[in-house]
Amino acid sequence: MEEIRIGVYICQCGLNIAGVVNVEEVAKYAGTLPNVVVSRHYRYMCSDPGQDLIKKDIQELGLNRVVVAACSPKMHEPTFRKAVEDGGLNPYLYEHANIREHCSWVHDDKKLATNKAKDLVRAAVRRVYYHEPLVIKEAPLNPNVLVVGGGIAGMQAALDIANGQHKVYLVEKDPSIGGHMMQLDRTFPTLDCSECILTPKMSDVGRHPFIELLAYSEVEEVSGSIGNFKVKVRKKARHIDESKCIGCNVCEEKCPWKTDSEFEMGLAKRKAVYIPFAQAVPHLAVVDPNLCAYIKSDGKKCGACIKFCEAQAITPETLLKQTDQIIEFDVGTIIIATGYDQFDPSVIPHYGYGKYDNVLTGLQFERMTCAAGPTGGKILLKDGREPESVAIVHCVGSRDQNYHEYCSRVCCMYGLKYAHLIKELAKADVYEFYIDMRCFGEGYEEFYKRLSEEGVNFIRGKVAKITDEALSDEEKGKLIVVGEDTLLGKIVRVPVDMVILCSALEARSDAENLAKIFNINRRADGFFLERHIKLDPVATPTDGIFIAGCCEGPRDIPDTVAQAEATAAKALSLISKGTITTEAAISYVDETICSGCGICEALCPFQAIELQPRDGKRVSHVNEVACKGCGACSAACPSGAIAMHHFTNEQILAQVEALFS
Amino acid sequence: MDNFEPKIVAFCCNWCSYAGADLAGTSRIQYPPNIRIIRVMCSGRVSPLFVLKALSVGADGVLVLGCHPGDCHYIEGNYKTLRRIALLKNMLAQMGIEDERIRLDWVSASEGNRFVSIVSDITKKVKALGPFRKNFEEKEHG
Repeated sequence: MEEIRIGVYICQCGLNIAGVVNVEEVAKYAGTLPNVVVSRHYRYMCSDPGQDLIKKDIQELGLNRVVVAACSPKMHEPTFRKAVEDGGLNPYLYEHANIREHCSWVHDDKKLATNKAKDLVRAAVRRVYYHEPLVIKEAPLNPNVLVVGGGIAGMQAALDIANGQHKVYLVEKDPSIGGHMMQLDRTFPTLDCSECILTPKMSDVGRHPFIELLAYSEVEEVSGSIGNFKVKVRKKARHIDESKCIGCNVCEEKCPWKTDSEFEMGLAKRKAVYIPFAQAVPHLAVVDPNLCAYIKSDGKKCGACIKFCEAQAITPETLLKQTDQIIEFDVGTIIIATGYDQFDPSVIPHYGYGKYDNVLTGLQFERMTCAAGPTGGKILLKDGREPESVAIVHCVGSRDQNYHEYCSRVCCMYGLKYAHLIKELAKADVYEFYIDMRCFGEGYEEFYKRLSEEGVNFIRGKVAKITDEALSDEEKGKLIVVGEDTLLGKIVRVPVDMVILCSALEARSDAENLAKIFNINRRADGFFLERHIKLDPVATPTDGIFIAGCCEGPRDIPDTVAQAEATAAKALSLISKGTITTEAAISYVDETICSGCGICEALCPFQAIELQPRDGKRVSHVNEVACKGCGACSAACPSGAIAMHHFTNEQILAQVEALFS
Repeated sequence: MDNFEPKIVAFCCNWCSYAGADLAGTSRIQYPPNIRIIRVMCSGRVSPLFVLKALSVGADGVLVLGCHPGDCHYIEGNYKTLRRIALLKNMLAQMGIEDERIRLDWVSASEGNRFVSIVSDITKKVKALGPFRKNFEEKEHG
């Protein structure tokens, strides 16, 4: 066996490491360890001169193993592997010790931190002794992309990719694309009409030759990995013939069965067969099987839609026999843009949502002011009168330890927009209860200033309750908003006709399930976790899967669109490269030892191991493309026949042992 | 025994708990320097052998940290660890090894604070138990 010659490099990281850890002492100590040929410390190992040190030493001193003790390997392990490779060694003959995030930044006792750094370096030196060269292989990347969610984020990402002439599968769970943005009336701070700017994009998506729109569909299963994901989508039964439906709406007019419209936030009714809204894409009817009398009676009742559908798109056959379809396809990258749910304010009983008629959520108010909405754009109380006074309550469910600690980021601005619209449309008095006014975006502060001059009453304080218990004649028949005005330092009672609750944006109720399907992580607040909060904000820890928009946390439309474009750029950059490098640190089997017990086969979460016949016995075989390198098999093998490259027992046990020698 | 400083080995999975420890660092949250982290790709890679080895070569306590149940990057590796560590603890108890020396827990990539509180807690408890080898040998021979 060749002589092992190790080079050790201790990074000062300016004062980030050297301010606490005595790097000179650690480097000197490392020089005394077995097989260490050279040991240095340097101001910034990640800089070009730092990396050049390694390359020069490999060539001049004949190093065949390298250890760098620096920041987290999640930051710079790839940097130094590349440097080692440029120096002429296999990149896996490298080990990284984390003496910044795990040492200098978390310990202030210089002596103890220096001792710990020595331990970590010693363990890394011992481990690298056992490292082996590994081969990195390339595999082709499927250029097709899956986009999940047809709101503004998903549509934008799909269009960017499709315009580059790459195939996109756009999956939307609702019958039409459009998302929450379609429900909005006007958008702050410019007050341009939401549907006017959104519907052209929806039409573009609907007719794009490179977009296959799968509306009213949900992703059920995803397997594989970057470059080669296998996707299974459930296309829910619309109970109509999509090829015949012309979207004429006659079925909806004739259908006698009604329920609250989801799109109108319960302020209007829809029928059992319906088109969600006038500009729906695809413009097709959908039948609600839980409401349709024909379906529920197994064809014995009603059937009005069948009778009136001239296009013969609705038949007894489509209503009774049509079932969900499972559609399977392959993609190389995935963009998730599943949006948010509006926080249900009825869980805060003292705000009276669901108890008082004229306490509304933000999205309900959006529908009310929309010209195409249930009131034709008029702000009306339940009894049909126009309100004389309206209170807007900020931070409902946000910035509240009992519900969501985070700020929902959009409520201040849409709250201000409501104030403007109330002034414009109803000429009513407006009382805006806020904690802090957060107007951070382009044109936002200017919009706040404009509203301050429109005669809105701003009250700084959190609302304690909303009640109809009047204490005076003036309060009779009104909703009384009780809160503290923290600027005046007193409790206020404001009688109004209508209250709008600026409800928090929260993670989708099915986010947990989605995270499992796509194998991505969530933060404590339920939103999807990005790979790096600052430097990799649209990637996830799973290669090839990106996230955009409110599924990652509350954000406004400009930020959502920017993120969507970022995910498209990420996907397009992978597509333009065309290949992916496969994981080298995967499992392998010593067939001479393998007894063929099959424990590993049953354990493998990726079905990467199967028993295969070999010389009259059965042995485990690892599928190198499917193996993700978790190592669960090697921890369980009773005979030690299956091991994981780069995380062998020998390597890890040497590292453990060296911590104490 | 007051000046006894235990040495604790922590096996952290690459995706959640190692990243959680990194976040504690980025956020500059201070914790006792008794812990030495060894990175594995998944807590499912942690063989009982690793834990026994650590104890036999001088560790006073061993921490195994994975992703929260349901959040495993490798789908279910942490469930395998959960079962393995339970069996291992059962065996160690029969050998008279205190339960608190071995701890399996979950830390997500966004839980720097949780990482610190788990590390501080096991350090405190193992410190109270005293050195592992000395105690164990006394029991063996005494």
